[in-house]
Amino acid sequence: MIEIRDLHKRFGALEVLKGIDTTVEEGEVVCLIGASGSGKSTLLRCVNGLETYEAGKIVFAGTTVDARSPDIRALRTHVTMVFQRFNLFPHRTALENVTEGPIYVKGEPRNEARERGLALLERMGLAEKAQAYPPQLSGGQQQRVAIARALAMRPKAILFDEPTSALDPELVGEVLGAMRSLADEGMTMLVVTHEMAFARDVADRVLFMHDGRILEEGLPSDILSNPKEARTRDFLSRIL
Amino acid sequence: MDAQVYLPILLHGAQITVALAICALLISTFVGLILALMRYSGNPILSTISKSFINVVRGIPVLVQLFYIYFVLPEFGIDLTAFQAGALGLGIAYSCYMAENFRAGLEAVDHGQLEAAQSIGMGWGLMMRRVILPQAVRTVLPPYGNTMIMLLKDTSQASVITVAEMTFQGKMLAASTFENMSIYTLVAALYLCMSVPLIVLAGWLERKFGAK
Repeated sequence: MIEIRDLHKRFGALEVLKGIDTTVEEGEVVCLIGASGSGKSTLLRCVNGLETYEAGKIVFAGTTVDARSPDIRALRTHVTMVFQRFNLFPHRTALENVTEGPIYVKGEPRNEARERGLALLERMGLAEKAQAYPPQLSGGQQQRVAIARALAMRPKAILFDEPTSALDPELVGEVLGAMRSLADEGMTMLVVTHEMAFARDVADRVLFMHDGRILEEGLPSDILSNPKEARTRDFLSRIL
Repeated sequence: MDAQVYLPILLHGAQITVALAICALLISTFVGLILALMRYSGNPILSTISKSFINVVRGIPVLVQLFYIYFVLPEFGIDLTAFQAGALGLGIAYSCYMAENFRAGLEAVDHGQLEAAQSIGMGWGLMMRRVILPQAVRTVLPPYGNTMIMLLKDTSQASVITVAEMTFQGKMLAASTFENMSIYTLVAALYLCMSVPLIVLAGWLERKFGAK
């Protein structure tokens, strides 16, 4: 579903992606791990067209991802993103955050979008918070609203950019639980995370990134328990 | 006793002052918003045009702009009444201050909001309308209130191109009666009557939105 071929990306003189090659199949959950600055988030943002890239190619469900193309807007409705800092719209209620895309981007009838939005919030365990504004919600609740907002677009894949990094430790579980249920239903997910337990239990594949390259990839049990590369071992020993 | 004679004339001037201020406010808000959006668009050409326009207009005194519009534009076939020239001149002069207010408001909106809007497929216009502008308003309102007060007072500058607003009426009355003290005291008091509600409003906006 997502094909990335020889992807290069630079910020000025700094090359942050140095030839990324990988494929994410439909229904697959792929976790990207690696130290800060290894290029994980940039890779994810390139897939959503939030960043341009200089060389290589990203193809999503047969369409080339090009941040400068007018087609990028339509493509983003198929591959949505959940951010580290939630980025909910603070001036809109939880329900309005969820229905904003379906109503204004996809042109769905209001009532239909509202009903579906309520159902999604209920699925996230937030039915009673539908009319609350983001500042009235905990971090975990905000992130679950953000997941509902992404789901409301009926995407083919969701990109998660360190979705639990900004949360207090006791709130991490509820967000990972929501993500786990999405994975169980067969949602294609590309997840940048430092939650190794999640990667181990939920991911079909783990990619370890270092210095703009994928250094190692494979089954979670292989990468997390028996890494071949010294750098992967070093990274895991520091965070586990 | 003099006040009874002068007040109706000055009140008529006050009406024109208010009308002029409202027209100039509408023009400056509209043009200012366009200039700010051009700056914010990320398009280098639009941004440069906006920046240059703001620098040129800000660098020329309001009086000179008013003279230019009223006395020079007719030579290009654009004949405006004194009121129209006053409203246009003040509107354009103040559009620069408005643009800077709006720009500060737009730039205060967290960049993550932009990305969240884009990530669900919103285009630029929709993103501005539904996500960025409603949040920018919070930051913009307090300075907007202050600019409104400045604009109201600056309508007196339009007297130089014969707009019969309150200062102009006061000047004419004073010149013909030499009752400088009572006339200008009345003029000052009437300006205060118009400004005080705006000052109260600006203070309220500041308290409601400024501190957050």
